[in-house]
Amino acid sequence: MSDTYVQLTDLTLTYGQSVAVPELNLGIREGELIALLGPSGCGKTTTMRAIAGLLAPASGRITIDGRDVTRVPANKRGIGLVFQSYALFPHLNAFENVAFGLRLQKLSANEITERTLQGLATVGLTGYDKRKPAEMSGGQQQRLALARSLVMQPKVLLLDEPLSNLDARLRLEMRTELQRVQKETGVTMVFVTHDQAEALALADRIVLMKEGRIEQLGTPADLYARPETAFAAEFMGFENIFRVEGGKVVSDKGTLPLGFATTSPLLAWRPDGVTVGSGPHEGRVVATSFAGAHREYVLESALGPIKADADIALPRVEIGETLTFDLPEATARPLAA
Amino acid sequence: MNTIGRTTANWIILGLTLTFLIGPFLIIILAGASDTEFLAFPPQGLTLRWYAKVFTVESFRASFMLSMGLAIFGTLLALVLGVPAAYALNRYDLPGAETVRTIVAAPIIVPGIIVGLALLRYVVVPLDVTVTMALFMAHTALVLPYAVRVVSSSMHNLRGDMEEAAVLLGCSRFQAFTKVVLPNIRGGVLAAFILGFVTSFNQVPVSLFLSGPGVRTLPIDMLAYMEITFDPSVAALSALLAFMSLAIVFVAERLLGFSRYV
Repeated sequence: MSDTYVQLTDLTLTYGQSVAVPELNLGIREGELIALLGPSGCGKTTTMRAIAGLLAPASGRITIDGRDVTRVPANKRGIGLVFQSYALFPHLNAFENVAFGLRLQKLSANEITERTLQGLATVGLTGYDKRKPAEMSGGQQQRLALARSLVMQPKVLLLDEPLSNLDARLRLEMRTELQRVQKETGVTMVFVTHDQAEALALADRIVLMKEGRIEQLGTPADLYARPETAFAAEFMGFENIFRVEGGKVVSDKGTLPLGFATTSPLLAWRPDGVTVGSGPHEGRVVATSFAGAHREYVLESALGPIKADADIALPRVEIGETLTFDLPEATARPLAA
Repeated sequence: MNTIGRTTANWIILGLTLTFLIGPFLIIILAGASDTEFLAFPPQGLTLRWYAKVFTVESFRASFMLSMGLAIFGTLLALVLGVPAAYALNRYDLPGAETVRTIVAAPIIVPGIIVGLALLRYVVVPLDVTVTMALFMAHTALVLPYAVRVVSSSMHNLRGDMEEAAVLLGCSRFQAFTKVVLPNIRGGVLAAFILGFVTSFNQVPVSLFLSGPGVRTLPIDMLAYMEITFDPSVAALSALLAFMSLAIVFVAERLLGFSRYV
């Protein structure tokens, strides 16, 4: 991997006696936007803090641009971090927040002013320089935090749950904003999230983590279409996951015959991969909701609950009535045990 | 009870409370203005000569300077010790932090007489420190709990990630403290200083034990003065001191919303 920019080698991270991340190996390419995705406690934030230098690894190495920075303290590492809480300085106005790091570098007053105003402009906060953080909206505060990190021209920019504190409309806006900033500055970005939609929409590559280990690494398209494990499949929206035993689909509740041959021990279907309104199986509707382009059903079948999306053109079936369905080969995703 | 009855009862309670709080203050102001050679209330005739006399008593001037010095420098030292202590208690998950909090609060809870006696018996006498030094140590120790408490409460809302952000922007840990933590707890530190100053200045029981020949804090000096001379100048001085405390708290409230921290 010649184009690896940040390399984590056998990185072990601990909190006291408990190991949060055991022997992690990960290469991050220059200029890419990579997401560390996983549920809380999967080690994604811990890994990010270790890259920033806020957490000293128990063992292993971190290299950035070919240089070993494992023992370089956080304030000399040249890495930016946008905190989930933004961590703005409440006693300083927007200009001084952005200028904070530049002032520490003892640059000339002209250069500080120029770069600070440029930084504010990059995130669309021109004219807000006199405002205190408390006088700004959540979205503006976040862009201010982003500008404060960006003006330092960091080698790597880390973002902790960058969209989680924003409402739905701002989220979309910020997503575009992050992609634009990344394209303009070319900075390598690593962001941490528990939201798979966020990761899929933003990242060039996704690192799916579970219990401190990489469960799967790939492009959003890869992960979305071809999850390799039950954990990855569940995270990517395959809500129906069943075992395969002797030509049958098996769950803890019961079995159904499988209409095709497979060698996989596990098969998974998304709700929209389940055929509704025709097929060999039957299920009783226990819940239904309208979701715009389709109607969502929960069917109580021999396998237990099946989540299925029906075309909106099909007539609505009430709770308590029976629907036929199929688990077709075409939409089945084989998984490793 | 009907509404009018309840309102009347509220006004009566409020009136009694205010009388109880402000009454003594009015009494000393007037008693200090009594045109008599002895302390009298209600005052018989009004004069300002006792207020003027206060400034001519040599021992009052000396003890006032001592009390000022103790209040200012004792409180400053208490802050120098207390601010880092409050920071450590808030920021780090230290084992035994609760115990430390309790011990730090002890001088507030333990009666001053006991603190004074203990300091005299186990610190001042064995270490053979001077009277001024003993008073300085005692006043610092007495103010320390207030410093830790008040600064702690202003630090409570300060999130740790602000310092981490400062470090990632190039600060050392110490710079992060001076550039980010201190400016944000400035109000609490000032409030602690004022509270400590007033506490130290008005302190009686501990100083009573530690004062020595010729070295007395102002309240102790006033007690001594009253034992010999019973003229209204002590009341006049008390009134002046009360005005001083009032002025300090008033300015503090105006400048930084003092009552938020105490």
